[in-house]
Amino acid sequence: MSEHPEAQGSAPGADVRLHGSRRSYIVGFAAALILTIASFAAASTHLIYGPSVPVLLGVLAIAQMGVHLVFFFHISSAPDQTNNFLSLAFGIFIVGLIVFGSLIIMANLNHMAPTMEDLMKMQR
Amino acid sequence: MTSAEWVERAVYAPLSEQGPAPKEVVVGFGFWLFLLSDIIIFAALFAAYAVLSGNLAGGPSGPELFDRQRVFTETLCLLVSSVTCGFGYLAVQQRRAGPAYLWMFATIVLGLLFLKQETAEFAAMVAAGAGPSRSAFLSAFYTLVGTHGLHVTTGLAWLIVMLAQLATLGFQPMVRRRFLCFALFWHALDIVWIGVFTIVYLGAH
Repeated sequence: MSEHPEAQGSAPGADVRLHGSRRSYIVGFAAALILTIASFAAASTHLIYGPSVPVLLGVLAIAQMGVHLVFFFHISSAPDQTNNFLSLAFGIFIVGLIVFGSLIIMANLNHMAPTMEDLMKMQR
Repeated sequence: MTSAEWVERAVYAPLSEQGPAPKEVVVGFGFWLFLLSDIIIFAALFAAYAVLSGNLAGGPSGPELFDRQRVFTETLCLLVSSVTCGFGYLAVQQRRAGPAYLWMFATIVLGLLFLKQETAEFAAMVAAGAGPSRSAFLSAFYTLVGTHGLHVTTGLAWLIVMLAQLATLGFQPMVRRRFLCFALFWHALDIVWIGVFTIVYLGAH
């Protein structure tokens, strides 16, 4: 029975292992600061091959969101965090559906939409 | 039973002897679900922005309007305020009134600095004829960035109310749970801002 200690979990942001420790926030701040500066540098410099910059920005942003989740929210894959972790996974899934689904559908509609010329032809 | 004792028991006791989860866990989890649904609202606004960002209708484009220096300052304000908010939260949990007021006051100041920069940006853009009705791109821009700004404003109002509760009610478990929720809310705003500065400001083309 004790194989399932994760049954009820602990609150997000209130990790008892880190209670009273400022280190988590300082480490998180340092990592987030480096990633932020890297993002702004990548967008402003001409040293990086242009078309690869959006990909790099995406990777840096996702990395920084991960840093915030781990060091500020104290979300982890620990047994007592199962509920928080699973709902986070579900949230990310819905966010992905909304963002990529909208982009695909709207690009498709844009592609299929009649041009002004087509509309003029239809009126004749 | 404190949260630490509870986790101790959760790890070592059989499931049938664990009892209901402490209120801190229930409240924190419920608020976490609210934050995830709030982030889904932002996902919809991000999707709308991504779809509409190319529709300029002959109006100004992103790179002509955005000032990266200002956006970097805004980002720093929010990032540092996340840390001061975390320190304030720790001070509240340890029932240390002085540091709690100090760090939370620093959070308010940094939040106000962020809002000052953002309203200055909006005012300059509207004065230059780039208001929300100029193009679909600008409508989506003001909706997305403005919703984030409204969240920051709401968060600051909430924090001021929480400081008033701390002054009148003291370190009651109820007040400490509300501070936990506030800290989570403030960190979530910072996560949304990562998306805003990456997609809207740095990704402008």
